[in-house]
Amino acid sequence: MATTLSGWGRYPVIEAERRLTRSRGDVAAALSSGFTGIAHGLGRSYGDTALADQVLDTTPMDRLLELDAQGGRLRCQAGASFDDILGVIVPRGWFLPVTPGTKFVTVGGAIAGDVHGKNHHREGCFGDHVDRLSLMTADGTVVECSPTANAELFDATCGGIGLTGAILDATIRLKPIRSAMIDETTHRATSLDATLKLFDRTSDATYSVAWIDCLATGDALGRSLVMTGEHAPEGPLTPHTAPRLSVPIDAPNALLNPLSVRVFNALYYRRMLGDTRSRRVHYGGFFYPLDGVAGWNRLYGKGGFTQYQFVIDRDAGRDGLRTILRRIAESRRGSFLAVLKEFGPASRRPLSFPKAGYTLALDFKIDDELFGLLDELDAIVLDHGGRLYLAKDARMSEQTFKCSYPRWDEFVDVCRRHDPRGVFRSRQSDRLGLTG
Amino acid sequence: MSNALIIGAHSAIATAVARRLAARGDTLCLVARDADRLADLAADLTTRGAAEVHTAELDVLNVDRHDAALAAAAEALGTIDLALIAHGTLPDQSACEADAELARRAFDINATSVISLLTPLAERMAKQGSGTIAVIGSVAGDRGRQSNYVYGSAKAAVAAFTQGLRQRLFKDGVHVVTVKPGFVDTPMTADFPKGPLWAKPDTIARGILRAVDRRQNTVYLPWFWRWIMTLICLIPEPIFKRMKL
Repeated sequence: MATTLSGWGRYPVIEAERRLTRSRGDVAAALSSGFTGIAHGLGRSYGDTALADQVLDTTPMDRLLELDAQGGRLRCQAGASFDDILGVIVPRGWFLPVTPGTKFVTVGGAIAGDVHGKNHHREGCFGDHVDRLSLMTADGTVVECSPTANAELFDATCGGIGLTGAILDATIRLKPIRSAMIDETTHRATSLDATLKLFDRTSDATYSVAWIDCLATGDALGRSLVMTGEHAPEGPLTPHTAPRLSVPIDAPNALLNPLSVRVFNALYYRRMLGDTRSRRVHYGGFFYPLDGVAGWNRLYGKGGFTQYQFVIDRDAGRDGLRTILRRIAESRRGSFLAVLKEFGPASRRPLSFPKAGYTLALDFKIDDELFGLLDELDAIVLDHGGRLYLAKDARMSEQTFKCSYPRWDEFVDVCRRHDPRGVFRSRQSDRLGLTG
Repeated sequence: MSNALIIGAHSAIATAVARRLAARGDTLCLVARDADRLADLAADLTTRGAAEVHTAELDVLNVDRHDAALAAAAEALGTIDLALIAHGTLPDQSACEADAELARRAFDINATSVISLLTPLAERMAKQGSGTIAVIGSVAGDRGRQSNYVYGSAKAAVAAFTQGLRQRLFKDGVHVVTVKPGFVDTPMTADFPKGPLWAKPDTIARGILRAVDRRQNTVYLPWFWRWIMTLICLIPEPIFKRMKL
């Protein structure tokens, strides 16, 4: 049956046939009956990464198969969500090794996007903590992959945006915690230089991220609040609670305008007195502030939005960031929240996004003039040795992609070997010339 | 800690109930059709803290196997503190209109098999002299509507049957809860457009366990469906039959 489907950015919106997969048998049955498309979990990738004419809805495959409460390993099906997993592991003193800014992602999606979090500079991507996974390839074969067995397929699958096959289950290494609380320190930085200096100074912190006022100009360009965090040494092991607020309807177009965004950003920057503040907060508020408001993506209105996230080389960092921030401030199109982070080194996985440098993520409401601006930004990013995050992209060109992910052909070789007919494909993979 | 028997364990609502019971350390016996998926669900519930998880494979349409499946479950659990009957399908109404066999089959899955299971189960529970039977009906059973009266009439049968059973078993100390969920976001309803009236399976599960604890008789989940259905049932038939509802 056809259903309308979109990513978290609600752009693009497509008609798709959704096949529910409750077990590996259902995945095999779909593959043997002519399925072509991509796996789709909780739909938190922003653009068209998990969109295709046919999708395998993996959310019913959400079983937590085995928890080794001594060794800290969890084996679960691909559709298990971080939200669900945290509720089970936190009371037993374990935490996810890497988490993005929302817990409403599936393990399969986290692997396919090779997601990162506030600890990338210290602990890498999600894929660095996957012990093994089983993957159903296009012909229905189940391949066991790990960093040592079928390593090439494993590396292509982590970050491979679902194109190597359907992830069935995986074993992830968890992180021991003694408390559900995080000791958070917030530093105010008055300029881009100060922000980057703070990243250097706090590089020992387990978690670090900056919220940046993307509409500030002149001397204040790049002013930010840099937040660091450590798991608290003691405290209750209480998991998070369900969201209490929700956005029930699409916001009117007028809500998001240069003035409201400027006021929001200015107020956010001034939300604390003094230049540093330390407090103990629950992990839910620290990692997932936006999860507290269900459906916040509706704030960007009916036409949707795109999250533009790029990384640029560390060496090129300061000048590159300055150029880009200036261009964005000039466009007066900033977003409610722009997030800056320093990444650690890249992994060996061919399509994994992070690499040593600075990453900035901003939301832009979609309108007629936006894509012109983003094309301009793409050129600046490429000039500074950068690239865009596939899990957020909805519009980059094939050329931009291939210039910035030079190992794309190596990835395509692996896919072709396991999927010669191109069964696994998405709107994005067709657009970027990875399939089709 | 108590012992629960869950029939139709793969239904999203049943799974959500089982997960809540597992988290509080209960012992479970899961009954469902697909053996592979049963093993995965049992593993899931063990991971979440269930004391023990037993499984029994059963196709509910195979009524000859009902007694044996219940006997196996009762042996595994000892005392049955809670028995939840949750299996069911949402038939394609227009297909049922064109094919009596489909209509009959839908009725068998949603009503006849439930009645067939409840009969020996009630005997066992009455002998035991304690425990609760919870059966999942539907708001669709409150009034027949053109859009889903095959499903609705089966759920109406379940509602009337459990009502009578509740009265009968009261003197034996066994309680019967008739559960009437409204729109629930499950694989069964995956292709329906969702609105504000839709609830998550876990919300329904929480309501079921609350109803069991409080020994409620008929429970609408979420609560507002009681009022919606009251209004729908108040519409006079001469008007109702002309409506598109």
